Amino acid sequence: MSILLSKESRLVVQGFTGGTGTFHAKQCLEYGTNIVAGVTPGRGGTVHLDRPVFNTVFEAVRQTGADVSLIFVPAPFAADAVLEAADAGVAVVICITEGIPVLDMARVKRVLDASARAGVRVRMVGPNCPGVITPGECKAGIMPGYIHKPGRIGIVSRSGTLTYEAVYQTSQQGLGQSTVVGIGGDPITGSNFVDILELFEGDPATDAVVMIGEIGGSAEEDAARFYRERMTKPVFGVIAGRSAPSGRRMGHAGAIIEGGLGTHASKVKALREAGVIVVKNLNEIGATVARVLKKKASV
Amino acid sequence: MKLLEYESKELFRAHRIPVPPSGGVIRSLAQLPAALRRAGKGPWVIKAQVLAGGRGKAGGIKMARTSVEARQAAKSILGMTLVTHQTQGQGLKVSEVLIEGGAKIEREIYLSVVMDRKACGPTIIASAEGGMEIERLAAEKPEAILRQSVDPGTGLPDFAARRLAFQLGLPPQHIAGFCHLVRSLVWLFLEHDCSLVEVNPLVLTPNGLMALDGKVVIDDNALFRHPELAKRQDPELSSLERAAKKADLSYIGLDGSIGCMVNGAGLAMGTMDTIVLAGGRPANFLDVGGAADEARVTKAFQLILKDPKVKAVLVNIFGGIVKCDMIASGILAALKKVKLGVPLVVRLQGTNVEKGRALLAHAKVNIIPAEDLWDAARKAVEVAR
Repeated sequence: MSILLSKESRLVVQGFTGGTGTFHAKQCLEYGTNIVAGVTPGRGGTVHLDRPVFNTVFEAVRQTGADVSLIFVPAPFAADAVLEAADAGVAVVICITEGIPVLDMARVKRVLDASARAGVRVRMVGPNCPGVITPGECKAGIMPGYIHKPGRIGIVSRSGTLTYEAVYQTSQQGLGQSTVVGIGGDPITGSNFVDILELFEGDPATDAVVMIGEIGGSAEEDAARFYRERMTKPVFGVIAGRSAPSGRRMGHAGAIIEGGLGTHASKVKALREAGVIVVKNLNEIGATVARVLKKKASV
Repeated sequence: MKLLEYESKELFRAHRIPVPPSGGVIRSLAQLPAALRRAGKGPWVIKAQVLAGGRGKAGGIKMARTSVEARQAAKSILGMTLVTHQTQGQGLKVSEVLIEGGAKIEREIYLSVVMDRKACGPTIIASAEGGMEIERLAAEKPEAILRQSVDPGTGLPDFAARRLAFQLGLPPQHIAGFCHLVRSLVWLFLEHDCSLVEVNPLVLTPNGLMALDGKVVIDDNALFRHPELAKRQDPELSSLERAAKKADLSYIGLDGSIGCMVNGAGLAMGTMDTIVLAGGRPANFLDVGGAADEARVTKAFQLILKDPKVKAVLVNIFGGIVKCDMIASGILAALKKVKLGVPLVVRLQGTNVEKGRALLAHAKVNIIPAEDLWDAARKAVEVAR
């Protein structure tokens, strides 16, 4: 078991024949990901990377039984691509695209939420994220596969390369990961920390979770509340942006301290008070997880 | 992207949101008499155009009853360096001044539309206690703040606008005017992909409601839909930040002494934090991006070294899809074009890391290699001293 992705996942790649889509789809295939179809409007009927290309996601799903969509469509068209995937009936939509207007995402999120209320739940991850990987089984994203190692630590993060740092360190410690989820650095994302923590809590293959947050918004504070009320597995928190000045956007559209909200201090305080183990030095993520789990095992 | 007050008010006017009679913006005293004429008869208000709240208290907004007073006010504001509670100790030089006709204020209201991450859509925030800073009001008197969430597809329905008007305690003859105004504000927000539209204060005058001040922030991700705004130079950026934007690098100047070059925004922030933890201070945030090739690394070095405060440079790259040996060659090629002049600490990790480290070790340049993030930060702090 793992969350979101497994060996059985059947992927359709939207924006399959473009430069970025081709490059990363190839890497995913090399990792062993089961890509069953690609979609590029106007290229239907052709074959790319030995996989059939369709004009619409609807057709791709009907013909190949794809249940996960991986999106590399350019920002101006990406929100529509997400809606298309959801409409076609995939269970998981992973959107890598960076730079989607926030209002577009607000509209997408409302549609997905309404669909969930009506009983059809589509899980969206991203946008502006490295994707999702279940090591050794399925890689749906742009992360370097080889730094991962099958294991029992779940990782969820708002940032890309910082995730790699946590992955690398936990691999070095011999721990490995169950699933690694990049939820993305935008103000509005398909899944937030709480959504993914809930999945990890229910996943028998996950023993503990590393959660990498950053300044801006209140997703980490919400996660702290969720942890206190609903979680039994240990969670390790890292918050980037302690040294960032307020009012300046640090690369991610979501990483900004506005009106005194979303500060590093408030997030660390909320997590600590909830009982999350906050790792202050980024260099010690792996070592801290290993130490705490070992102690727990010996008790 | 933040718009200045007069730019925001131009958008208001285009959406039929009432604003005071405008004399336009002046950049020199010689332009004042014509601006006063355009604004109609006095009194006038002379307003510094900078991107910071608290201008009034800092002397950036003045009333003038006569043209002599107006001249004195404009003279004192034009060219002044404005320091307010929102400028983080630094001053903003005033190069543009807005001239407006005065208004008879009966009541002040706070009104804004803001992108609400939690509600996943715009939210209207209103308060009958206008004029005050909303953050302070929220802290001191949260019950005085009204909220109304808006559907990002369909805008604000009439009934919701009406409810707000009554909750604000507006007199009956101004209910319709307020409804029109708030719905227009919401359309402006949706049409222009805003993250904030703020009117503080919205004032009640004998002639109806009027936006006395205006602040508009546009979502940078949506600028491709607004070419007329994308063309505009962002007044908030320093010259270095502007050069970085041109080169498609994400750079923000800070006041420390260690220049940073990192791939990825999160790791860049994390590297800055680690430098601080090790006792140093970062000179900048710089995300060189996923495709950290020679051209980008060269440009990044050039930018970092233009800052005279930089006493050491720390490069931290986690090679994922981009391989470490490629990055190492990029760094070496860049160093042939850029005169470094300060110590350089490099930490490489990820794909082909051994090859990358070997390349740097065998090069005839003085590079301090680092094992991991902590080692890199400590070494950078040490050599920057």
